Amino acid sequence: MGSTAEWKREPLVSNRDVCIAIVDYGLGNLFSVKQACEYAGMDAQITSSKQELFDADAVILPGVGAFADAMSELKKLDLIVPLQDYSQTGKSLFGICLGMQLLMSESYEFGMHKGLGIVDGDVVPLENISSFFNGVPRMLKVPQVGWNQIRRRADHNNWVGTPFDGLSDGEYMYFVHSFYVRPQEDALVLSRTRYGQMEFCSSLKYNNVFACQFHPERSGRQGLLVYENIAKIVATTQ
Amino acid sequence: MNLRIIPRLDIKGPNLVKGVHLEGLRVLGRPEDFARFYYQNGADELIYQDAVASLYGRNSLLEIIERTASEIFIPLTVGGGLRSVEDIRTVLRAGADKVAINTAAVNTPELIRDAALAFGSSTIVVSIEAIKQANGKYETYVDYGRESTGVDAVEWASRAADLGAGELLVTSIGQEGTGKGYDLELTRQIAQAVAIPVIALGGAGQLEHIYDVIADGYADAVSLASMLHYEFIHKYQFRQGDYQIEGNIEFLLGKRGEFGRKNITGTTIRKIKEYLLEHGVDCRMEKGAAGV
Repeated sequence: MGSTAEWKREPLVSNRDVCIAIVDYGLGNLFSVKQACEYAGMDAQITSSKQELFDADAVILPGVGAFADAMSELKKLDLIVPLQDYSQTGKSLFGICLGMQLLMSESYEFGMHKGLGIVDGDVVPLENISSFFNGVPRMLKVPQVGWNQIRRRADHNNWVGTPFDGLSDGEYMYFVHSFYVRPQEDALVLSRTRYGQMEFCSSLKYNNVFACQFHPERSGRQGLLVYENIAKIVATTQ
Repeated sequence: MNLRIIPRLDIKGPNLVKGVHLEGLRVLGRPEDFARFYYQNGADELIYQDAVASLYGRNSLLEIIERTASEIFIPLTVGGGLRSVEDIRTVLRAGADKVAINTAAVNTPELIRDAALAFGSSTIVVSIEAIKQANGKYETYVDYGRESTGVDAVEWASRAADLGAGELLVTSIGQEGTGKGYDLELTRQIAQAVAIPVIALGGAGQLEHIYDVIADGYADAVSLASMLHYEFIHKYQFRQGDYQIEGNIEFLLGKRGEFGRKNITGTTIRKIKEYLLEHGVDCRMEKGAAGV
């Protein structure tokens, strides 16, 4: 059994100056995102105010739920143009789970819906995922709920300078999703993940925009490392 | 697919308790101590089940959720006595990632739809507790297995999925706490009737029971309590005298009582995963997890 000190260490104090805004548009458990940010030493504010977004050093767009609902909530809060503008400021923008999908041009979740269009590409359903159990065919469940491995692109330089810096290829992260993104530009893909016989983009990086389909805030120690890397990236780009 | 191992912690007031057939509760210790140990040992998620049937006097549960969520960064599902969208909101605000609803969902199925709309399907786990009837069918029970409903468990599972449940937690009341193995037929019937993941609960006593409910029961995840609590209490943590205020601990110290049952063998999450990997079941083996 590991010692208490090994896993429950003090949060990093060096990132206290980093203020990160977590966009609250009424969907998703923002509490766990906030906890993870604070664990990584950041000052995290849950907000739906445009002004607070622009005042923050970085923005996290989280989310759980349906794409169309999320876009209509963002529209009601008048946050669509601010988020698009924010992505052009050079400050970091992080999309998590549904937040990743919202960054794309469009989604095919129950009809076609326009996304934020910050990253070119679309969002499509996981469907008919075939697999094998001890040699016997077995269909996999949708949504995918649980831990899965993120595989580094063969040509990527060890994820250095990305939120995955220090993670090993094949690290397990916690996923809950029925849809996945297909960026138009393959070069944006940071990791891929296999589910049964298919493979999808589980994270991407586009200039100052980073997004992942999984929940690093629910992915144990390795997930917390992602938040610590986010804190470092934001601290150095301030 | 990576199979999930999900320790279930039954909570009453400030204590972790365990019973047989969902009755006859005994105090085991502090839930946070067990949760922390399981997190370190490679648990994929945790389930907290509150044994108090109403939100009245729930402050200790909310405090336990808050303390857990601030130091344990894996998904936490909380169930027990949640009756409304407001109740659900309260435990999610305290730090739970998902909720498990049972009695209220059977009484008011629309709660599943309302909660899924408010918080997303992936947040809503519908807990189905069933007893096999003389005619071979499974009937849904509520109020901790005390009340029959006349509702067919497999039909109810399909309806719950249609209403927007994200996962189903399927418990065989007859097997719960016995160590005689999961109810493979119940789990299989439900797992094959729905597209959403099914978590099997109730009856694990040996490692092969866990394999069986995956291989023959088509479970997507397994939840268990006694096998894990037994090992933790006896080998790692339990100190005589710690928990005397809250209840009878005599059974923990002696060889008699439910933990003396020969059909429940203590184990750790890591040992379960090693066993499953040897038998061709994929699961997450964390590098550097507490090697016990």
